Amino acid sequence: MSEKKNEAFLSVKDLVVEYTSDGQRIQAVNGISFDVQKGRTIGLVGETGAGKTTIAKTILRILPDRAAYIRGGQIIADGKDLLSLPEEEMREIRGNLISMVFQDPMTALNPTMRVGEQIAEVILHHNEISREEGEKRAGEMLEMVGIPASRYKEYPHQFSGGMKQRVVIAIALACTPDILLADEPTTALDVTIQAQVLDMINDLKQKNNTSMILITHDLGVVASACDDVAVIYAGRIVETGTKEQIFDHPHHPYTIGLFGAIPSMNVDEEYLHPIDGLPPDPSNLPAGCAFGPRCPYATENCRKGEIPETMTPDGHKCRCINLDQVKEGGIHK
Amino acid sequence: MSTVIEVKRLYKYFSTPGGMLHAVDDVSFKIEEGRTLGVVGESGCGKSTLGRTIVHLLESTGGQIFLEGRDITHVKGKELAKAREDMQIMFQDPYSSLDPRKTIEQTIMEPLLVSRRYKKSEMYQKAQELMELVGIDQRLSKAYPHELDGGRRQRVGFARALALDPKFIVCDEPVSALDVSIQAQVLNLLRRLQKEKGLTYMFITHDMSVVRHISDDILVMYLGQMVEKSPARELFVKPMHPYTRALLSAIPSVDIHNPNKREILKGELTSPIDPAPGCRFAARCKYATETCKREQVLEEIEPEHFVSCCRVRELNGLP
Repeated sequence: MSEKKNEAFLSVKDLVVEYTSDGQRIQAVNGISFDVQKGRTIGLVGETGAGKTTIAKTILRILPDRAAYIRGGQIIADGKDLLSLPEEEMREIRGNLISMVFQDPMTALNPTMRVGEQIAEVILHHNEISREEGEKRAGEMLEMVGIPASRYKEYPHQFSGGMKQRVVIAIALACTPDILLADEPTTALDVTIQAQVLDMINDLKQKNNTSMILITHDLGVVASACDDVAVIYAGRIVETGTKEQIFDHPHHPYTIGLFGAIPSMNVDEEYLHPIDGLPPDPSNLPAGCAFGPRCPYATENCRKGEIPETMTPDGHKCRCINLDQVKEGGIHK
Repeated sequence: MSTVIEVKRLYKYFSTPGGMLHAVDDVSFKIEEGRTLGVVGESGCGKSTLGRTIVHLLESTGGQIFLEGRDITHVKGKELAKAREDMQIMFQDPYSSLDPRKTIEQTIMEPLLVSRRYKKSEMYQKAQELMELVGIDQRLSKAYPHELDGGRRQRVGFARALALDPKFIVCDEPVSALDVSIQAQVLNLLRRLQKEKGLTYMFITHDMSVVRHISDDILVMYLGQMVEKSPARELFVKPMHPYTRALLSAIPSVDIHNPNKREILKGELTSPIDPAPGCRFAARCKYATETCKREQVLEEIEPEHFVSCCRVRELNGLP
């Protein structure tokens, strides 16, 4: 997809991030590269511990200083490498060019500050405007996410979970960022509220032509909100392409296993098809393909060195050396 | 088939500074031996309270609970202890439902100790059998919960629930905290042991695809009330209550070529504290009329398909 390269709005290149814990090296992100195009949404999909949140936090440079260590890679946005910017400049980027919606709205808000003020704070930080003007815009933001501006002076505890998440989204969108990082934005919400919030994010995104990185473990959310998908396993992208490519023709055994493990909504099955075994220990990753120990197709060669990226017949990227052995699978086929 | 659990007009209210909180309001159902009743609804609808009230972790405010035909609503002392052996519960959070200072073996042996049914040597034997049954490696018997991943911890919770050979297990969101690949492992285990031991389950969840997979019948709750109950497959083919329909339509489908036609509900749950009479969903329901403010009755619209909505026939084109 080299012809698309110029359109990339944000490029993550060969990112490697490690944590240290009790003297152990935890390999959270192991060489991740992907592009986000203008106005498109890429879904980062994977299970707990796959490294999804670490990627988002690295982009915003909000990793814990002492424990995390960026070993290599670049994050290019707006022509700059975010990883080499001084903290001062980075502060101007956060909330302005790139902003983030966190998973848990209960802890993302300041409990002692009125919700309106929390929105106004971001607007005032990034714009040279008067306090009144800032407050007026904050009120408009509240209305935009479907909360009456009359509730400006209330505190987070007076809001329900769904409304708190709307406030978090209002804060994230207050300065019309070019890129929105949404880390499991609807996981803590009920399905009917999730539907409201996803709809709202989609509307606002289209209105402002915002690019989005959506982190989730829910393939249903990916299907309804993303244009592109990157499937992540043990800190590596094992398969990536457009949503149609990944959902219609998954090639990697892990992607196929993931789709197969979801209970079907219309086919009756006595037993489900789980993926055997457990995700690997990130402080002790297996050599070669990290999915190897759980993979039904694994061979001796899978354990030898790094698995190169190959192009599938339908033109998306996949990291598997046994593609001709892998049986077609996917969503309840 | 015999009925294992029957609940008749069960109520559970909590007294709060703001008034009476109606957590479970007039709920009735039966579960036959070897079958699974799925209970679904959004947070705060009373599904967990219902489960906890049935197994006597909470005292009911009104109504009756029968275990194999015996009224156990108000049993005390030895009889309560006996009833509790037959009814167990498995919790959602595998991180907080295990004692961090007990080894896996100690956790599984605790119900055996309390029951005083076994000699010490038998207990170790039994604990080993239980671990084998739920697929936990013998070498982990001396491990502590923090050394295990979520899926294994949930297996420990299941082994503990199975220790006294119960007839009935309330599974309260047992797979919600797990990743899909691990979730499928645990769901398969629950199903296999149900078949082998003839267990009866009440399966509480908010995940509609999980509930469809595991249940024979499904009960949909909204703010403490039953809104619909039907055989599992039928509920997905022919949901009748406006809330059930909205709930099902809100699930993001993994089928990218046939996305759900989402029915976006306005607003959020109303307060369960001293609710007004009538249908509690009416505030968010686009079909609501004046008659919805009257007390609603759960009616059998089709065989085994119960709905509590005064406009159900009209909305579903039924006579």
